[in-house]
Amino acid sequence: MKISIQVNEGPYQHQASDTAYQFTKAAIAAGHEIFRVFFYHDGVNNATKLAVPPQDDRDIPKLWSELSKENDLDMVVCIAAAQRRGMMDVDEAKRQGFEDNNLIEGFRISGLGQLIEAGVESDRLVVFGA
Amino acid sequence: MAVKKFMYINRKAPYGTVYALESLEVVLIGAAFDQDVSLAFIGDGVYELTKGQNTDAIGQKNFSPTYSALGDYDVTKIYVEKESLEERGLTLDDLQHLIWEDEDDDWAERDSIRLVSRAELADVMAEQEIILSF
Amino acid sequence: MTLLHTVNKSPFESNTFDTCLGYAKDGSTVLLIEDGVYAATTGTSAADKIKNASGVTFAVLGPDLQARGLEGKLADGIKVVDYEGFVNLVAEHDSVQSWL
Repeated sequence: MKISIQVNEGPYQHQASDTAYQFTKAAIAAGHEIFRVFFYHDGVNNATKLAVPPQDDRDIPKLWSELSKENDLDMVVCIAAAQRRGMMDVDEAKRQGFEDNNLIEGFRISGLGQLIEAGVESDRLVVFGA
Repeated sequence: MAVKKFMYINRKAPYGTVYALESLEVVLIGAAFDQDVSLAFIGDGVYELTKGQNTDAIGQKNFSPTYSALGDYDVTKIYVEKESLEERGLTLDDLQHLIWEDEDDDWAERDSIRLVSRAELADVMAEQEIILSF
Repeated sequence: MTLLHTVNKSPFESNTFDTCLGYAKDGSTVLLIEDGVYAATTGTSAADKIKNASGVTFAVLGPDLQARGLEGKLADGIKVVDYEGFVNLVAEHDSVQSWL
């Protein structure tokens, strides 16, 4: 079936992102189609390309980035939440007049409508948060 | 586009965390998708709807006036859990009076808030296809 | 319609577990994940409440039990599932309510 996932919390602060990641991996392994993974609230921070976690621990943004690339996932970072928290891809940064951008590969920035659409188009929507 | 029963669950008080504000933003954007929308205020979520919020001294935006616009966004089913109000020493009078205008009845004003028991809200929740929590 | 409820808070930290029980109708499943797995441990009022909620199926995410060193303290009548089992529960129920 078509499953979408919502991630409400950032990396490391809460287990939500870890659980969402493990769930998404298991759903793919079980043959389900992941329609979209939508990152909201502090969840947008999972998309940072600047994380340098300790060598002996998991690199959450990188794990999501690789999962996305390996499985051609649609991983969306909510633009409203991203703007509040300073997460920008190249286009958004340019639009806002910033030199820098900080979105890791495998994510794209888009509107809240993408979350609602995910609910409409998917068979199941599972929310991970705190 | 298919029409599904969407429920937004609000269980957190405003201002202490961002969830109340950002969940309201989803509801407003979501209105454009013409789904069958219900909002549920449970636990501390009932505090989101209280009257008389004044955020000047804490430096945050007072977003409580936005709830009164929900009727214009076709959000007409706002469930408030009775037990949660009672536990907090609140009555319906402590909450904003939220209305919507019924175009099928000469734009008559109708109450959007439905005060329901936990058991009644559980029945409504069990009918939902997509449940969003924040 | 059957609901899968998930609870990720310790029953001692917040009332989320109790709230969930108030909403879990007969035929539904409650899956305890993350810090919610503490509700599945023996000798707690949470375990008693689970026993009394006879029409509801209870499951717990094994990896979270293991992480917290709780495997030896699992209360009776609670099914242990892994992430694959979590996915199956989502597929088997009509919708999901995540109590956060």
